[in-house]
Amino acid sequence: MTLMTKFLGAAAVTALTAGAALAEPALIFDLGGKFDKSFNEAAFSGAQRWAEETGETFREIELQSEAQREQALRRFAEAGSNPIVMTGFAFGDALGQVAGDYPETDFVIIGMVVDAPNVRSVVFNEHEGSYLVGIMAAMASKSNTVGFIGGMDIPLIRKFACGYAQGVLAANPDATIVANMTGTTPSAWNDPVKGSELTKAQISQGADVIYAAAGGTGVGVLQTAADEGILSIGVDSNQNYMHPGKVLTSMLKRVDNAVYQAMKDGPGMEKGFNVMGIANGGVGYAMDEFNKDIVSADMKAVVDEASAQIADGTLMVHDYMSDDTCPALSF
Amino acid sequence: MDYMTLIQLLDSTVRLATPLLLACLAGLFSERAGIFDIGLDGKMLAAAFFSAAIAAMSGNVWLGLLAGIAASLALSLLHGLASITFRGNQLISGVAINFLAAGLTVLIAQDWFQQGGRTPSLIGGARFNPITLPFADTIEPMPIIGPLYAELISGHSILVYAAFAAVPLTWWLLYRTRFGLRLRAVGENPAAVDTAGVSVIGLRYAAVCICGVLCGIAGAYLSTALQAGFIKDMSAGRGYIALAALIFAKWRPWYALWATLLFGLFGALETRPDVIEALIGIKVQGQLLGALPYVMTVIILAGFVGKAIPPRAGGEPYVKER
Repeated sequence: MTLMTKFLGAAAVTALTAGAALAEPALIFDLGGKFDKSFNEAAFSGAQRWAEETGETFREIELQSEAQREQALRRFAEAGSNPIVMTGFAFGDALGQVAGDYPETDFVIIGMVVDAPNVRSVVFNEHEGSYLVGIMAAMASKSNTVGFIGGMDIPLIRKFACGYAQGVLAANPDATIVANMTGTTPSAWNDPVKGSELTKAQISQGADVIYAAAGGTGVGVLQTAADEGILSIGVDSNQNYMHPGKVLTSMLKRVDNAVYQAMKDGPGMEKGFNVMGIANGGVGYAMDEFNKDIVSADMKAVVDEASAQIADGTLMVHDYMSDDTCPALSF
Repeated sequence: MDYMTLIQLLDSTVRLATPLLLACLAGLFSERAGIFDIGLDGKMLAAAFFSAAIAAMSGNVWLGLLAGIAASLALSLLHGLASITFRGNQLISGVAINFLAAGLTVLIAQDWFQQGGRTPSLIGGARFNPITLPFADTIEPMPIIGPLYAELISGHSILVYAAFAAVPLTWWLLYRTRFGLRLRAVGENPAAVDTAGVSVIGLRYAAVCICGVLCGIAGAYLSTALQAGFIKDMSAGRGYIALAALIFAKWRPWYALWATLLFGLFGALETRPDVIEALIGIKVQGQLLGALPYVMTVIILAGFVGKAIPPRAGGEPYVKER
């Protein structure tokens, strides 16, 4: 973001790496911040679970600017951290450059593929999870219009939107989907005011269930949806508790499992391509005491059936990122 | 586009324009007195945090508003201290305030609430709720005027009405009072004001304090009226758009109202790509509308549409002749 924060960040990395000794694992959070109630927070809870179970410690850093990516990676690698886990697709380029320089260190990148012998790439089938919540949205909608609000307009978020749209149309071929992106810069992840305005705009177009895949902006979406008396769908972590009875469900991305597994496997883990989909519990939808009254048994039965079909391969959900097109939605 | 869509669009315009308007008027006071202030965004952010934090802890949004104003005022005084008393560079001081606010808010929020730089969600009396103006329900069924009154004019939080009332008030204060005349003079020719025996320092401090109060209200509006809580960096650069609006408005209060409403309308249109498509028949990228305020400011600055002349002594610390 700035010179000042860069210095502070650099100072923090130096402080962290000062007492380098054993091969502790390290976790690097992306710009959304450690407690984003979403992606990064899920990663943190996975690492926390590992630390509690094993009684060991891990190092962590929250990035403050783009420029710190490579720096943070190198610092941790030079200090002997192993494995180094990072959250977020944006690490792709930095890791691609750094991985080769530290062949002894294992890297784990979540949400992106980096082809190097010492990198485990964990990717999620977000389109599958989004498909499931799309079915629920279509079944819960009374107006036959549902909404989608994305954060920054990047292929990954379009992948969410596309899976969701396919799910909606599978449950109700006549449904209308209103999709908006918050912006094209990283500030689109932290603009709840704009998230609220988009929500109100979608409501005025008839939407009565809105799926937010927008980081901090999503907090504004869920808030406004609850205020206006419509349903919303959370993302990444379970966000049902934020507005009990007003959040239909959350699309779960078990980032925590991926981080936990990586730290448990430790140095010398299996490298390569690791896909977390419905079949291996990597994605799913959230059910708890906060939404059990608004999810009907009928709805649950349909979703679970679709879930089983995706798991055994009889149902294919189109992945936007495979060919940059979406059969169900135009951007 | 039907009438209801238009009303909803304008309603959204008003909501989005309000923080811009308050920040723009804040900048107007400061810059008219010769103190450039690019720290508007930081002050809004600090106010957004403190108003949400105090409202969350006390359950009273008015206490929150006061805390927000106090936080913004403190940063204003810091800016005043650096740029008026110590005659430092006003731009650098403003930048420093932006960084300070961005860092401090998250740090304090994490320390107080342990929710990762957020405040808890505000409920009930800890939020500014929409006000229904008298007779809104009775007038609503009437055609044309009904929705206009009930949807567009009624149903905003009290801060929105305060912001709109601040426009004529600012005009009156600047152009119809002795204080206003002196304030404008201090931004054009501080030496003349000094010769007349009026304190340049005092006037400039008064201006940055008014600026602080207005920014405080703008920040409180973001976190306690539009939203129910603080999220890091939630001002999302609105202070900078307000500065662009200030240049666009050529440092005048009524123009500031129109400029911020125009920028608010761009923001509202950005959320309704379907309306634009229906109106002009082609699909326009939302980002284009988001960039328009800046593009228009550049056009104004380049002198294509009238000329924007800043206060003559703007950015210059005043040094008494030795």
